[in-house]
Amino acid sequence: MRQKTTAVLSAAALVLGMVGTAQAGTLEDVRDRGVLRCVVSTGIAGFAQPDANGVWGGFDVDFCRATAAAVLGDASKIEAVTSTGKTRFTKLNAGEGDVLWRNTTITFSRDVSVKLRFHGVNYYDGQGFMVKKDLGVGSASELDGASVCIQTGTTTELNLADYFSSNNMNYEPVPIETNDEARQNYEAGRCDVYTTDASGLASTRSALPNPDDHMVLPEIISKEPLGPATRHGDDQWSDIVTWVLNATITAEELGVTMANVDEMKGSNNPEVRRLLGVDGSQGSELGLSDDWAYQIIKQLGNYGEIFERNIGVNTPLGIARGLNALWTDGGLIYSPPFR
Amino acid sequence: MTQPAQSTSNPLLQLWRNQESRGVIIQIVTMVVVFALLAAIARNVVINLEAVGKEFSFGFLLWPAAYDIGFSPFLEYTNRSTHLRAAVVGLLNTLLIAFWGCILATMVGFVLGIMRLSSNWLVSKLSYAFVEFMRNVPILIHILAIYAIVVTLLPPVKKALNVGADAFFLSNRGFYVPSPVFEDGATLVGIVLLLSIALVYFFKRWARRQQDDTGKIYPVLWVSLGILVALPGITFIATGMPLSWDVPVLKGFNFKGGMAIKPEFLALWLALSLYTACFIAEIVRAGILAVSHGQTEAAFALGLRPNRALQLIIIPQALRVIVPPLCSQYLNLTKNSSLAIAIGYMDITATLGGISLMQTGKEMETMLIVMGVYLVISLLISSFMNWFNHRIKLTER
Repeated sequence: MRQKTTAVLSAAALVLGMVGTAQAGTLEDVRDRGVLRCVVSTGIAGFAQPDANGVWGGFDVDFCRATAAAVLGDASKIEAVTSTGKTRFTKLNAGEGDVLWRNTTITFSRDVSVKLRFHGVNYYDGQGFMVKKDLGVGSASELDGASVCIQTGTTTELNLADYFSSNNMNYEPVPIETNDEARQNYEAGRCDVYTTDASGLASTRSALPNPDDHMVLPEIISKEPLGPATRHGDDQWSDIVTWVLNATITAEELGVTMANVDEMKGSNNPEVRRLLGVDGSQGSELGLSDDWAYQIIKQLGNYGEIFERNIGVNTPLGIARGLNALWTDGGLIYSPPFR
Repeated sequence: MTQPAQSTSNPLLQLWRNQESRGVIIQIVTMVVVFALLAAIARNVVINLEAVGKEFSFGFLLWPAAYDIGFSPFLEYTNRSTHLRAAVVGLLNTLLIAFWGCILATMVGFVLGIMRLSSNWLVSKLSYAFVEFMRNVPILIHILAIYAIVVTLLPPVKKALNVGADAFFLSNRGFYVPSPVFEDGATLVGIVLLLSIALVYFFKRWARRQQDDTGKIYPVLWVSLGILVALPGITFIATGMPLSWDVPVLKGFNFKGGMAIKPEFLALWLALSLYTACFIAEIVRAGILAVSHGQTEAAFALGLRPNRALQLIIIPQALRVIVPPLCSQYLNLTKNSSLAIAIGYMDITATLGGISLMQTGKEMETMLIVMGVYLVISLLISSFMNWFNHRIKLTER
């Protein structure tokens, strides 16, 4: 009898404890835990995917690692909280993850109604369409009546609806939970078209048995600025995530790379010295150690290196920098100054 | 015979020692604890919602949903419709799958249950193997497996199998069948059909009364069938056959015209029905075994023919055992239909509890509505089955 009572009480305590989540002090929570929990996707080649040994890698995961390098000084101390397009914000807002690095489009309603805080763009994307070449389709305007596979709970779902209705075309939406299921359905011919962000299409195409049998249509029907997100209510943590991203961009701009970061510490450029924590105390003002940005570059490299390593032209995805080149090279990647 | 003195020493202790009042006290304390827990949870939720700056309101239901739903057989729905309408479309899809699921599960379940009792070794063991396989694998696996089979085994739409008369096509985008088009005069046929149903009802009542009064048995089944077929049939021919068929034709990417049973619906329907049918089979078997053999012997001794004995003696008594657990199987099937989201069948969990939740960020509100909807559906099924159970219960004279 007594044992039963204890069990009931502890179950009740568990319920109450689970409902309450820590609202402020994410930095302290992460430090105490010794590991950073990032909300990432369930697997998109090049962006977030576990390797044969179960170690997560990819473009988004590397930014997660960069955050861990800045906060904990060790890029390996991350835990990937996988989420589908549908569960990601709930997981973040419920405190299951500390930060979301999951090819997530910044939109008004997500910022304002879903109560997220966005911290800049790490990938400028746009929604495209992939079809089998033997369909003989050359443009998205020829897709009237097609069956379209689409990941449910995404902005692409809404763009698709807008695009087809504004062009007076019909389609059959085939809603899918994850990228892998979408690929299976697309391969089996359940749908004629797979639509998602162009980066995701490149990733999916690279994973198909014969990538050359498929083509991405020229139309890009939306703006999809992808970036990290955190919960409302923790300004210090927001600042950290913002400046982790900016540090990688600034490093590329200043020519600081994984290989030369140690010798750059002796540079005469004051911004390089501030960035790497040689001069000033920007790290401690953020609540981090002064070499936080040094750790990021040393362990993961600058923005360009992260890009080329995971999704660049020499990878199976083969994505050119395009819009994601530095502003000095005609792209949109731009960081406010470290001053 | 006097009361022991020490029990009156403390009135509170006395209350506690009295079994009846102690029961009341324990109940009150339990209630207080339960409600305190609920209140603490509710308070915590409110505080946490406030902390992230979210307002608790249902106003979002009237915002435009902005997404498309591929399967809405009953309601006109576009991406300009509201979240409320999307929720109703989802609800109707849930009811559709639950309705057809319960029907198929009952039919297959009864067949499997009776097969299991067969004296034929092969028939009985086949049923046994099927039941044990289906009910010992999780339902989600069945859904995913059947969906994968449908989508990968069936040919793509351009190579759709012509399964009959250039009008029925089978492909991994669905089973396309012609849809009926009603022309002028079809309403009259409908009215006559309804009238014949009413006629059959009154004939049945009359026949029963005649049997009670005179003992004469009328061939109710054959007369009813005759009325149901002949009257609407004659009207149909008399009005010049006001019915044509819209035949599906492959045009562009997909079939145009006709009706389609989508693979998502098919996979979910088969998986839910076959899985639940196995449990129903066991219930049916238990129900029939519960009627003692003496009842059959008694019926034969009274001179009833075997099918009359089954109809009048065995089935009514077996149903008494079958119906209550059958109800919980219907409830299970309805609730399991929420797994539809795994294969993209747009039920209420997928529309309101999925995409609407995602697009508006109203987790609390959408989930409360979804829970409320399932609760109401379940209670309705329960009350229907209770009514049915009450109707068929044995009238002891």
